[in-house]
Amino acid sequence: MTLATSANSVDPLLQDIIGPTPGQQLRRRFFGHRGLMIGASVLGLLLVIAVLAPVVAPHDPYAQDLMARMKPPVFLGGTWENILGTDHLGRDYLSRLIYGARVSLLIGFVAALISGTIGTAMGVAAGYFGGRVDMVVTFLINVRLAMPVVLVALAVVAILGGSLQVVIGVLGLLLWDRFAVVMRASTLQVRGREYVAAAQAIGASTPRILLSEIMPNIMNNLIVVITLEMAHAILLEATLSFLGLGVQPPTPSWGLMVSEGKNMMLFEPWLVLIPGTVLFVVVLAINLMGDGLRDVTAPENRS
Amino acid sequence: MSQLDTPVLELRNVTKTYSVKQGLFGKPKPLTAVNDVSIKLARGEVLGLVGESGCGKSTLAKILLGLEAPSSGQVLVDGQALGGQDRLALARRIQPIFQDPYSSLNPRKNIYDIIALPLRVHSIGNEVSRQKSVREILDIVGLPARVMNSYPSQMSGGQRQRVAIARALIMKPEIVICDEPTSALDVSVQSQILNLLNELRQEFGLTYLFISHNLAVIEHLATRVAVMYLGRIVEEASVESLFDAARHPYSDALLKSVLTPEPGLGIPDTHLGMTYPNPIAPPDGCHFHPRCPSAMDLCKSQRPTPLFDAAGRIECHLFSP
Repeated sequence: MTLATSANSVDPLLQDIIGPTPGQQLRRRFFGHRGLMIGASVLGLLLVIAVLAPVVAPHDPYAQDLMARMKPPVFLGGTWENILGTDHLGRDYLSRLIYGARVSLLIGFVAALISGTIGTAMGVAAGYFGGRVDMVVTFLINVRLAMPVVLVALAVVAILGGSLQVVIGVLGLLLWDRFAVVMRASTLQVRGREYVAAAQAIGASTPRILLSEIMPNIMNNLIVVITLEMAHAILLEATLSFLGLGVQPPTPSWGLMVSEGKNMMLFEPWLVLIPGTVLFVVVLAINLMGDGLRDVTAPENRS
Repeated sequence: MSQLDTPVLELRNVTKTYSVKQGLFGKPKPLTAVNDVSIKLARGEVLGLVGESGCGKSTLAKILLGLEAPSSGQVLVDGQALGGQDRLALARRIQPIFQDPYSSLNPRKNIYDIIALPLRVHSIGNEVSRQKSVREILDIVGLPARVMNSYPSQMSGGQRQRVAIARALIMKPEIVICDEPTSALDVSVQSQILNLLNELRQEFGLTYLFISHNLAVIEHLATRVAVMYLGRIVEEASVESLFDAARHPYSDALLKSVLTPEPGLGIPDTHLGMTYPNPIAPPDGCHFHPRCPSAMDLCKSQRPTPLFDAAGRIECHLFSP
C-alpha cells in the first residue's frame, strides 16, 4: 500500500507523520538517562559476578588458613594472592564478597518478589473494587505500618532461628506495604479512565480488565517500587546479619562480614569498610535505577 | 408493525440514589442523581438529552450501559427487562461513545487491539476474520488500515474519537449511547465527527441517545430532545417544537444561554442566577423554583405533575392540567 493512495480516501489530519512507536520512544529515553544507565550497569555487572561466583572467585570462600589471618588488601601493602586480604579466620575476603553478592541479591530479588505479589494483589483489589475491600486492605496496611520492621523481623528470626529461607520469608512478608499503597493509588487513578468503562460496557470480565486494562498502565509504578524494595531488603538482611539474627556463619554475607570485622575495626578498618562500601554501592545502584525508571516511564515526561 | 410499536429502549421510572458520606462519622445522606425518569427511544431516532453539569445525564448513561444498577425502576431493551439479559448480550446491543477520546483508549494498546477487543471478549471469529473486520470498520469510520499498528498517543483527538466509534460499532449494536462525544474536540473536528455519526446512523439504522450540553449539536443531530434538571426530565419534545417555543422556563433559559458568534452581544442573560441547588438537599416543591423567573407560590410547596400532550411531555405548574 502506498501513502498516496491511502491519503486520498482519508482524513487529511492523518497525514502527519506517524512517529516512533512507544516502544522505540521508551528505548530512547531509557538509554539517554545517565543515572539509570550507571545503576543498571553496576547492578548488571554484579549480577554476572554473582551468577558466575564459582568461576570468578579466586579462592574457596569457606577455606580457612589460620596461618594467614587478617592479611591486608593489596592497596594497604598486601599481596596479590589475596587481593582484598583475608578475614580473622584467614578466608579470602574477595571470594567471600563475591559469594556474599549471591546472598544479598537473592534475598533482594525473592523478598521483593514475594512482597510485590502480596502488595500488588492487595493494592489492585482495593483500588479496583473499593468499598469494603478497600476498607479491609487499608486497615491491613495501617496495621503493617504500625509494626517496626526490624523488631518484628528480629523477633521472628529469634523464634524460628536464622537461616537464608527464614530471612527471605520474613522480609517478603513484611515489605509489602509500599507495594500495596502505591498500587492502590495508581489503580484508583486508572480505574476512573473511560477505557475501563468502555471495557466494562463491552462485557469484558473482571480478570480481563485487571490484567489487560489496569495492570499495563500501573506497571511502571510497580517496577519502581520493586527496585526500591529490593534495596530495602538487602539493607535489612545486612542489618539482621550484623545483629547475628540473619544469615548464619559461615555463609558469606555482607552484613555478617561487617559484624565479624567490627571487633577489629579500630586496628583494621578495611575489614568493615570493604563490605560496607560494596553494600553502599549496590543500594545506590538499585536506587539510581529505580529513580531512573520512574523518570523514564513517568507520563508527564511524554511528549 | 410490532417492531415499531415496542421502543427499542425504554426507561420506566428509573431512580438512582447514591449515599454520600458526610465526614468520617457523619450519617450518609442520599443523593438522588436520577429521579423517576421515564423515556422511550423508537428505532432509528436520536434522542438528545440536555442539561447542565451534575444533572444526572452521565449517571443515566451508566445505567443504560449496565455499568450501574438503578435503585428502582426498569430499563427495557426491546421490551425485555435489562436485569434479565446477561452482560454480554446487552453489550452486543448497546455500546457507548465517551466524551474524552484521550481517556477512552488504553494508551498501552495499539489501535488494532483496542478495536478488536469486543470481538475477542465475545469470541467472535478467529484472528484472520477479526483483522478483516477491523479493516472494514476502520474504512467505515474514515481511517486508513495502517493505523492498526499505531498507538493512541500518535493520533489526534479526532482520529482517536474515530477509533472509539469504530470500537463501539464493530459488533453492530442497535443503540449507541453518545456521552458528549464532541465536547473534548476542536471545533473544526466536531462537525466531522457529528457528520460521521449521522452517516453511520443512516447506514446501520442505529438509535442514538445523544447526551450533550451543546444545544447546537442537539439541534443538528437529534429528532427529539429531553431536558434534564436535577435528576428529572422536565420537558420532552421534538427538536422543532423545543427550539421554536420551549415551554418549560428551564428549557427556555438553556436556549437563551447559547453563545452566539456575533461580537458585541456579550454573554447572554439567562435570569437563572448562579446557584445550582445542592443535589443532596434539593429544594421543596418544584426543584427549579428558586431559579425560575416565573415561579409562583404553588411551585414552592408542590411538585408539578407531568403533563403529556401532543407536543410531548412537560413538568411545570404553568402547564398543569
